[in-house]
Amino acid sequence: MAKLPTPQELVASRPDFPEQDWLDVKPQFTPGSYCYPAKKETMELLHMPNPHDWDPAAEDWNLPEDWEKILCDAFAERLEKHRSLKLFMDICVRCGACADKCHFFLGTNDPKNMPVLRAELLRSLYRRDYTMLGKILGKKVGARGWDKDVVKELFYYAYQCTECRRCSLFCPYGIDTAEITAIVRELLHEVGLGIHWIMDPVKNCSFTGNHLGIQPHSFVEIVEMLADDCETITGIRPKTPFNEKGHEILFITPSGDVFADPGIYTFMGYLMLFHELDLDYTFSTYASEGGNFGSFTTFNMAKKLNAKMYAEAERLGAKWILGGECGHMWRVINQYMATYNGPAPSCMMDVPTSPITGTKFTNAAATKMVHITEFTADLIKHNKLNLDPSRNDHIITTFHDSCNPARGMGLLEEPRYVLKAVCNNFVEMPENTIREQTFCCGAGSGLNTEEIMELRMRSGMPRGNALRYVQEKYGVNHMACVCAIDRATLPPLANYWAPGVTVSGLHELVANALVMKGECKRTMDLRQEDLPNVEPDETETQVEGQ
Amino acid sequence: MFASLLVVAIIGAIAWAGSAVGLGVLFGVVLPYVAVAAFFVGVIWRMVYWAKSPVPFAIPTTGGQERSLDFIKQAKWDCPTTTFGVVRRMFLEVVFFRSLFRNTCADVREFDEVNNGPRTIYFSSKWLWVFSLLFHYCFLLVFIRHFRFFMDPVCPVITWIETIDGIMQVGAPRFFWTGGLLLCALLFLLARRAFNQRLRYISLPNDYFPLFLLIGIVGTGICLRYFDKTDIAQVKVFIMGLVHFAPVSADGINALFFVHLTLVSVLLLYFPFSKLMHMAGIFFSPTRNLPCNTREVRHVNPWNPPKQFYTYAEYEDAFRDAMADAGLPLEKQPEKAAE
Ligand code: HEM
Ligand code: SF4
Ligand code: SF4
Repeated sequence: MAKLPTPQELVASRPDFPEQDWLDVKPQFTPGSYCYPAKKETMELLHMPNPHDWDPAAEDWNLPEDWEKILCDAFAERLEKHRSLKLFMDICVRCGACADKCHFFLGTNDPKNMPVLRAELLRSLYRRDYTMLGKILGKKVGARGWDKDVVKELFYYAYQCTECRRCSLFCPYGIDTAEITAIVRELLHEVGLGIHWIMDPVKNCSFTGNHLGIQPHSFVEIVEMLADDCETITGIRPKTPFNEKGHEILFITPSGDVFADPGIYTFMGYLMLFHELDLDYTFSTYASEGGNFGSFTTFNMAKKLNAKMYAEAERLGAKWILGGECGHMWRVINQYMATYNGPAPSCMMDVPTSPITGTKFTNAAATKMVHITEFTADLIKHNKLNLDPSRNDHIITTFHDSCNPARGMGLLEEPRYVLKAVCNNFVEMPENTIREQTFCCGAGSGLNTEEIMELRMRSGMPRGNALRYVQEKYGVNHMACVCAIDRATLPPLANYWAPGVTVSGLHELVANALVMKGECKRTMDLRQEDLPNVEPDETETQVEGQ
Repeated sequence: MFASLLVVAIIGAIAWAGSAVGLGVLFGVVLPYVAVAAFFVGVIWRMVYWAKSPVPFAIPTTGGQERSLDFIKQAKWDCPTTTFGVVRRMFLEVVFFRSLFRNTCADVREFDEVNNGPRTIYFSSKWLWVFSLLFHYCFLLVFIRHFRFFMDPVCPVITWIETIDGIMQVGAPRFFWTGGLLLCALLFLLARRAFNQRLRYISLPNDYFPLFLLIGIVGTGICLRYFDKTDIAQVKVFIMGLVHFAPVSADGINALFFVHLTLVSVLLLYFPFSKLMHMAGIFFSPTRNLPCNTREVRHVNPWNPPKQFYTYAEYEDAFRDAMADAGLPLEKQPEKAAE
């Protein structure tokens, strides 16, 4: 990986707008500006159309013979299938309200990263074939035909959009560039163009149950190890039920949390919480992936990966599904799951109900899927947890709203409610960077890959700046989040923009504060680092006293 | 930009010349009829075109707190779950431009004292909102005021609007505020496009054209009223003729009137084929017009493809032995499966 410029250099090095009209500028595929292409074998295995070897930096992308026809037909088909697409192609007034709302634009100053121009890349093609004026006047009114450079340009900018929907919040007509990006990615897949970082997890998830390709026995092994760690810390070994039938709840969370630091601590948090509640639940190794990289590929692939959840709930006879902390997972669950694969299996209960408090989650009546922070917030409200927030006194935390739970779900207050109950020191980042206006971590929608690290730091600039602000002003040294991708992407971001800030999931902090029945005296947090305010043992004090 | 200006100027010039050489019937009768018909047919045609595609997924942008637990307050205005809530949200969008009201302006600084490094600051930026609202409402009022030409007797509401509009009693004929403000708002929108670098970069002739056209319409309208005064009585007779499908001679009416009328006709003709369709489009926008209750009520996709996925049975077949070794429960034990 190339050495990163300093933050100041990075900001200073954002180029001016090009002199030429945007229709005449071509993207430069320099290393670091694009993600590696998906492997041909992967695409074949997944039955994706037109799998082939290609290199983004090469002149020729080895597109299939009749690529233009494929793309034109695919575009026509999408227009027939999605009213949103037709509408978004037609009604943008180019008012520019969305322009500086995109983190990619702010970080790169590349005009085509303004949501409006990102959409114009496709709209210009639409104009030629679907509007009267475009047909007659062509380029004069911003219409153009397909050519291979256009395909390259679409690829370049469809993978510089994290589908965060921030632009859609500000657009007077709600034009959602994420929707357009998703459809452009679909189109590109028709001619065999995809990226490795997305397609590899898709393949793994298809055939082994999770993105990382962890096989069932290894999955169990890792979770057992995490349970051992819990025991080291608390003296209690939480139970780890797998693939067991007849439990009330099926728990599904992103597999990243089983595998990677700091997600594993969040996972340990779940284990401890469920053990303490004596929750009647099970994990599944088959549906061991909450996330859905398929949703960064095509709608159908998202549906396919998501289908396992209901199938497994039905097989195991679960009454409802509890979902872990994840961003894009919840976009899929909240807005697509019931449509894709519903109605939910008939064995599930009418309205998911917390067995501990009796609260009915009526907002999840159709999908039967409850978010873990909704579940935990309800527990805390009903005083079902014995919490000692002072165990988190060594941190001053802020909270990062992930794009999808924020703008695709509205999960804003629940995590804050939980966070405030388990941490004494909580500071919000500036107003325009949180809640529904939150900024992306810069690497969502499958762009959390190493080869574009500088680009990620650029797109992470708005988040990084906001974090730095509270770090300098209020001494914030921690950022909590409810997203597994964030837990992977925010640590390098924090390291770069606000060194010294650690990142964790919410339930790591919950478990730190959770006083379990019969636990030993806690001296370590979940990361096995010393807890603050731990009084030395009495004997020692006495010795000192004498 | 200049191309658009030129086109508008040429249209105006043609109308002027045409009416001067006695083609008043063409510009005063035929064109308006065609334009009005094209407008209605075109708008409906475009709406039907949109409606023909289904809404496969419910993708509202949640602009605030969801409805979840009792003790957490839902943002009912920006994240509505009921039909009434959605109607309210749409009402706010259409009548008050709610989303545009959120607008901010990001200032990326290379160095800032507090951050001791780069910092991006977001300032509230309401100018676009103010002038857009001003433009649209003045346009609406001017439009409504024009009905005094189309009606006999004139509806009292229109007279009332006129009274309010001319309330300052400036000049003779009385100065109508909406006309002047409309022009100001249009000039602001134009200046934004011309002087703001980003706007200039994204703007197409298709963006300048309606602005110049509107400026042309408003400009000629103001001239007709205050400077190159037309004989209102005669114009009214002429328009009533059009309204009753019994056109009367246009002899003696100012050439400028025909320029005004022609530009309006061009606007109507242009409308259905352009971004101006945002007027109808906003009502179709799936990020705004759907309730945020997607986990509570299942949204049905009419083209939902059949389910195809890697089933548990296939999975167990692939990993059965390893799963057995790990002590995982199985549907079929290895011995059974081997049979
Ligand atoms: C119904 C809800 C409507 C909303 C929310 C809306 C909103 C907007 C916005 C935000 C702009 C952007 C201003 C800019 O270009 O910078 C705009 C422009 C414009 N609107 Fe509307 N509008 C609506 C209805 C209408 C209607 C009924 C008309 C009828 C003529 C209209 C005509 C125009 C025109 C001509 C422009 C062009 C200004 C330009 O090109 O810059 N709008 N509208
Ligand atoms: S805010 Fe909406 S209408 Fe305005 S330029 Fe962006 S996408 Fe187009
Ligand atoms: S969805 Fe997010 S990343 Fe994509 S254009 Fe909009 S603001 Fe930018």
